[in-house]
Amino acid sequence: MASSQVIPTRMELGRQKRRLVTAVRGHKLLKDKRDELMRQFLELVRENKALRESVEAKLRKANANFVLARAAGSDQILNTALLAPKQQVFLDMTVKNVMSVEVPVFEKKTRTENEGDIYSYGYAFTPPQLDDAVESLSEVLPELLRLAEVEKSCRLMAAEIEKTRRRVNALEHVIIPDAQTKIKFITMKLDENERSTQIRLMKIQDMMVAEAIEKAKAQGL
Amino acid sequence: MYNIAVMGDYDSIYGFAALGLKVCPVTDAEEGARVLKKLSEEETAVVYITEALATEMKEVIAGYDTALLPAIIPIPGAFGNTGIGMANVKRSVERAVGSDIIFKEG
Repeated sequence: MASSQVIPTRMELGRQKRRLVTAVRGHKLLKDKRDELMRQFLELVRENKALRESVEAKLRKANANFVLARAAGSDQILNTALLAPKQQVFLDMTVKNVMSVEVPVFEKKTRTENEGDIYSYGYAFTPPQLDDAVESLSEVLPELLRLAEVEKSCRLMAAEIEKTRRRVNALEHVIIPDAQTKIKFITMKLDENERSTQIRLMKIQDMMVAEAIEKAKAQGL
Repeated sequence: MYNIAVMGDYDSIYGFAALGLKVCPVTDAEEGARVLKKLSEEETAVVYITEALATEMKEVIAGYDTALLPAIIPIPGAFGNTGIGMANVKRSVERAVGSDIIFKEG
């Protein structure tokens, strides 16, 4: 691998060892983050699925009611009835931090005190089906808002989980093995150098000893 | 203070006006993209969009996926429902887990 590009020095060895330690610690932390995110995500996504099923069923019913209302009254009457709404819904948003993912939390605020203040028309000229339709729709609203919150959180968390998983994999399969091979390469190279120095010294010693013996022999004779 | 808006064909959404939600009748995807852009600039926290319209402007909606706001939520309309709402939930699961483990059981 990339070990051929690395300079086999003690300094580089130290650097690679520090890199490995950081990578291992980062890997552990990210893995924990991924696991915890995943746990919370699965909980949330189950709620999301259940909420969506219930909301969709209720909305279908509300839509059917509106179709009935439309059939019972003329378009003009319905349009004028709903033209000027009495009620208005606002949201107050706070941001919640779930494992470094920022998710929105909504709080419902209505313009008038009475939340049931939804009939923006006198009952004289509108078909009674419209009352049912509006009521069935207002019943879904709290769930609809919770659905928005949950579904958005799910989407944001899914993106974060994907990112974290990639990071964990990159550390596990690329960065850590790479640092390990580099460390091994440098250690082996350093050992090799040490051995060759040792051998060189021994050789020189042998040569010096041989020379000394030669000299002694020459003087002694 | 944030608003809530509803987008889609008029027949599907006019009832939401009674609840005090902002109603934006839209007929085609191009107009939808324009309205959505305007809404997101006007501090709208949640945009409910009929499934029929959501399917038509999938790409535009995907662009808002990573932003904190607005939350764009598909809801069934009076007609032309495509099941894109559930499909989106399924997609997030696949994205996070790698395979679909929530919907398989059903």
